[in-house]
Amino acid sequence: MSASKASAAPTAANWDEFIEGLWRQNPTFVMVLGMCPTLAVSVSAVNALSMGLATTFVLVCSCGLVSMLRRMVPKQVRIATYIVIIATFVTVVDYLIQAISLALYEALGAFIQLIVVNCIILGRAEAHASRRPPAPAMLNAFGMGLGFTLGLFALGSVREILGAGSLFGVSLFGPDFQPWVVMVLPPGGFFVLGGWLLLFAWLRRRGAHAVAGGEHVHGA
Amino acid sequence: MNAPAAAALESPWAMIRTLGVVATLCGVIIVAAYQWTLAPIAANRRIVIERAVFKVIPSAHRIEPFIALPNGTIQPAGEALPQGAIRFYAAYGSGGALAGIAAEGAAKGYADTVRILFGYVPGCACITGIAVVSMRETPGIGTRILTDREFLSNFQALDVRLNRELSGLANAVQTVKHGTKTRPWEIDAIAGATVTSRAVGRAIDAGAQRLLPRLAPHLEELARRP
Repeated sequence: MSASKASAAPTAANWDEFIEGLWRQNPTFVMVLGMCPTLAVSVSAVNALSMGLATTFVLVCSCGLVSMLRRMVPKQVRIATYIVIIATFVTVVDYLIQAISLALYEALGAFIQLIVVNCIILGRAEAHASRRPPAPAMLNAFGMGLGFTLGLFALGSVREILGAGSLFGVSLFGPDFQPWVVMVLPPGGFFVLGGWLLLFAWLRRRGAHAVAGGEHVHGA
Repeated sequence: MNAPAAAALESPWAMIRTLGVVATLCGVIIVAAYQWTLAPIAANRRIVIERAVFKVIPSAHRIEPFIALPNGTIQPAGEALPQGAIRFYAAYGSGGALAGIAAEGAAKGYADTVRILFGYVPGCACITGIAVVSMRETPGIGTRILTDREFLSNFQALDVRLNRELSGLANAVQTVKHGTKTRPWEIDAIAGATVTSRAVGRAIDAGAQRLLPRLAPHLEELARRP
């Protein structure tokens, strides 16, 4: 009995670490972080997905290394250390994307290098990875990265469908479709982001009401 | 000094050691990633250029990269590009005859520099095709230079004849307002994407004005190459 409890506890904790960034503290829709790449590269689903995965790679690797080195990094030089580590993995992902596809590299442009200053990554390194062992730190970073990817993909897919009439380059509505050009322009990014933020806020509110209602019934 | 304050103080040596260890570790990771991806990146760049050359000169069977030097000579291209040199690609058909020349041109577009590759056919002294090497124009607007058939038809035989002195183009390539093209060296702009259309015109003009005068004395030599 005690053995089963011991094995169940870490699993639940790990799931909690993972789900935090994916839903409860989603970087795009809840914390509204990393808006610069979110709005700039989400003109198509493939760009959004690629940027999200690149950021996830940097997040997981950086948080893993920060966590491994956490006992040897003095507080006074921690920010410099984290920035060097993050910049290292951004350089790695920069080379990897060039090796995978130059067209994708051109499409993502300067926003690959700008991952260095993405506040989600430095925030995770400082607030989480520097205080936890590598496994939960990387799991949490993975959840955050996937949450960011989900946010980017949500924007990118809507903007591509409405702005170009396609998804992943595959035409959805035929040649007669008149694209909503505004969707691939900067204002379109704000419109779609606003729509998703409204939807997320409504879902969270409804969930909170449901929990409060359940507690009330349970209490009665 | 109380105990917590003393514990908070780190020796300078510990800080330098930490930064040194982290910098060394990160340096090793970066160099390893660079070395590991060097060959695939070079291969990708070569493939992008080759695809573009085959697109602008469809009859090409073999491609040879050259550079045109400021002193008027040409030579096979190496990895490094000497100062003032212009890289171009001689395309040969299946019979070994010179099918055309491909070269790059660049000009500022709406969002960033538009880099294109144009195909030049010496026989007609005209440009017969363009391909985009890189651009960050607005999707659905500027990117129509890749798909708009009417715009692409400008490059079936765009006139880039040299002047009598062989010092420049007889007529500068110009992008004109949509529907007003009357001369063979003009490019009919795309309505609604004029800035990018003009960038293409300026890129071709700049590239041709620089390369073609240097190339003209060597066309026979290029045609004779096996």
